[in-house]
Amino acid sequence: MLDTLILSRMQFGANISFHILFPSISIALVWYLFYFKVRHEISGHPVWMRNYRFWVKIFALTFAIGVVTGITMSFQFGTNWPGFMDTVGNIAGPLLGYEVLTAFFMEATFLGAMLYGMKRLPSWMHTLATLLVAIGTTMSAFWILALNSWMQTPQGHIMIDGVAHPEDWWAIIFNPSFPYRFFHVVLASGLTASFLIAGISAYRLLKNDTKKAPKVALQSAMTVAAILIPIQIWVGDLHGLNTLEHQPQKVAAMEGIWETQKGVPLLLFAIPDEEERTNHFEIAIPKLASLILTHDPEGEIQGLNDFIGKHPPVKPVFYAFRVMIGVGVAMLLLSWFVSFKTWRKKVLNEITLKILVLMSFSGWVATLAGWYVTEIGRQPYLVSGILMVKDAVTNIAPSNVMISLSLYLTLYVFIMGAFLHTIFYMARKSVRVDEYDEERQGEPDSGPNARSPIEALESDKGVNWK
Amino acid sequence: MTFDELLPYIFLFLMALSVLIYAVLDGFDLGVGILLHQTDEDFRNQMIASIGPFWDANETWLVLAIGILLIAFPEAHNIFLRELYMPVLFLIIGLIIRGIAFDFRAKAVTKYKRLWDWLFQGGSILAAASQGFMMGSYVLGFEPGLNAFLFSCLSAIGVTAAYAYIGGAWLVLKTEGELQKFAAKKARVAGWITALGVVVICLTNPMINPDVAARWFTLPAAILIIPIPLMLFLLLYSTDYYLKNVPFKNDIGCWIPFASVAGIFFLCLIGLAYSYYPYVIPNRLLAVDAASSTASLKFIFYGVAIVLPIILIYTFLSYRLFKGKTTKLEYY
Repeated sequence: MLDTLILSRMQFGANISFHILFPSISIALVWYLFYFKVRHEISGHPVWMRNYRFWVKIFALTFAIGVVTGITMSFQFGTNWPGFMDTVGNIAGPLLGYEVLTAFFMEATFLGAMLYGMKRLPSWMHTLATLLVAIGTTMSAFWILALNSWMQTPQGHIMIDGVAHPEDWWAIIFNPSFPYRFFHVVLASGLTASFLIAGISAYRLLKNDTKKAPKVALQSAMTVAAILIPIQIWVGDLHGLNTLEHQPQKVAAMEGIWETQKGVPLLLFAIPDEEERTNHFEIAIPKLASLILTHDPEGEIQGLNDFIGKHPPVKPVFYAFRVMIGVGVAMLLLSWFVSFKTWRKKVLNEITLKILVLMSFSGWVATLAGWYVTEIGRQPYLVSGILMVKDAVTNIAPSNVMISLSLYLTLYVFIMGAFLHTIFYMARKSVRVDEYDEERQGEPDSGPNARSPIEALESDKGVNWK
Repeated sequence: MTFDELLPYIFLFLMALSVLIYAVLDGFDLGVGILLHQTDEDFRNQMIASIGPFWDANETWLVLAIGILLIAFPEAHNIFLRELYMPVLFLIIGLIIRGIAFDFRAKAVTKYKRLWDWLFQGGSILAAASQGFMMGSYVLGFEPGLNAFLFSCLSAIGVTAAYAYIGGAWLVLKTEGELQKFAAKKARVAGWITALGVVVICLTNPMINPDVAARWFTLPAAILIIPIPLMLFLLLYSTDYYLKNVPFKNDIGCWIPFASVAGIFFLCLIGLAYSYYPYVIPNRLLAVDAASSTASLKFIFYGVAIVLPIILIYTFLSYRLFKGKTTKLEYY
């Protein structure tokens, strides 16, 4: 029989994994909407408005699912993890409070004006509302990641009778891992939204959508992705170095290093075995891990055996890390290839478009894998060095958690099915809608800015976009 | 009393304020969901359009209320959510279902639209009833037993009716013609069920709770509380009179029912506060004993002091922007 601890962990894992999928789209998608709206303001070109109108609907859907699944999170601490609030409530509470006050209300209120206020507001005010929603979603990421990072690398508090009390809020918010984690997550959101936009646009093109809008959206998204990925790799590397400094046991699990040693090889693949405390079937590049992590091929890295009983389970961290890197590399190659093609005004063939469709949700895979690395990598602690996961769990009956967990899972499967079905349906529907700017034919497009990305793709007229 | 000592009471007040704002604002959009007209599609579209720009932000007040409980009274938060594990689960499930149904119905294939409409109504009823049940258990300090359970069920019906009441009043304000008449009719029924619920709760509560009885029926304090039921029933009666005669010429005073029902909610909250202050969990935990560290309360207090007025201002602006009768809901 599963106990309350393992069931609560499964439930929290399910809730947060499902929840994070939607903000990871919406945080960046709203900045795209702002960009489309601003481009339309500047150029007056209807293609930008067309993209705005298509993507704002997907944003609304994503945002709504994010809000309602997020409400679950706000209750979850109390229902299943009372020890968390008992021990670190003085720190976690205010950070969550600031998230509600400075982010949730702002995004939710201006969302109304953004979604339904276009006719009632002057255009610039509507653009401002879009900007405020964008700032709100990013603020929300700021606060929740400040808390999450504090749980990884706590500082700025003192412990009195086993309870954390705040001493220096600045140190608490800007704790050592926060800046890296914040930028890493925001960039991940940028990539997730970019690949979603590119994938759905490619799907529309494959369905014989001959309008400009999906081409423009596809090119914008892939250009952004091509720029963001190298930055993401750089930030990810810095994040890794920061983790090595503050949570060496997590890095040891990510790299599958058992014994503290010098000149550590980089494992491309292996099967870590926690019972025998060794790896099987290693495929390794000599000295590369030391080079990456210490910038010295002979650098020493601490192994898991230095942290017996205090290190995370190795397998999930090890594999999740490789999944994240693998998807990241695929994203890098694809976005560079597509950007190169579109800049050179070359044709995107059917296979490329199909790969883009397949990669629509690659951001989700990478984001989840990355979260698993960092969150499972924090085990067995809930708050590093302060609170163990097993000491925070509730004492309610396992059967109750079993019921709630199964209800949540059923609901999530249903919502995910509906979500995927609906966005592809909306994409197909948009193919049938006539070009919004047809009545404007013959009117001069205003400004070269509006034209360049379109022309890049338009010049392939009649070629097999299919 | 120094400022530091005052902080727990300030947060108790802020929590009550968010609960009130939540009950009025999300109350009306849950109520619209409860009343959703299942036979006339045009009515349904209008009803849902009337809450479209608001429901997201309305729900945030619940997160704030729970947030304040969590931030300021972590111990109470833990007791509250442990005792109410199942009702909270149903509340969340209800909120998730109605939230996504709202957004999916507009975008989904026509044949699924009916399914989303049913889910929207079902989710709204589930969320409202769970909240009522939670309130009932809370008022009794989470006493176990059959009587307490029945009392909570009664409270579930009462709160569901109250939300339908304010939802109907909202529709009287935001719509016209046949739909307005339909809403007025439903609101009247919901209003009388709410009134009945209030009466039953007022009678049973002092019977179960000797402490409350002492507060209500001991002179001279009792004189203070007498105006509350009087005003309550005056409002109920005048609202009913207005709803019976909807529509008035030129739709004059269409805001009166909504304002009155909001007033009724306010009076109910005052009644509760009078009965249980300064407990954060009735008869069980005092606000001052459950409060978190002064440094944390101060840090969040400054935030609240600065941000809450701003939130109230832009919430007000948002309602101004979409004032008047509801028009078709379009993404532009």
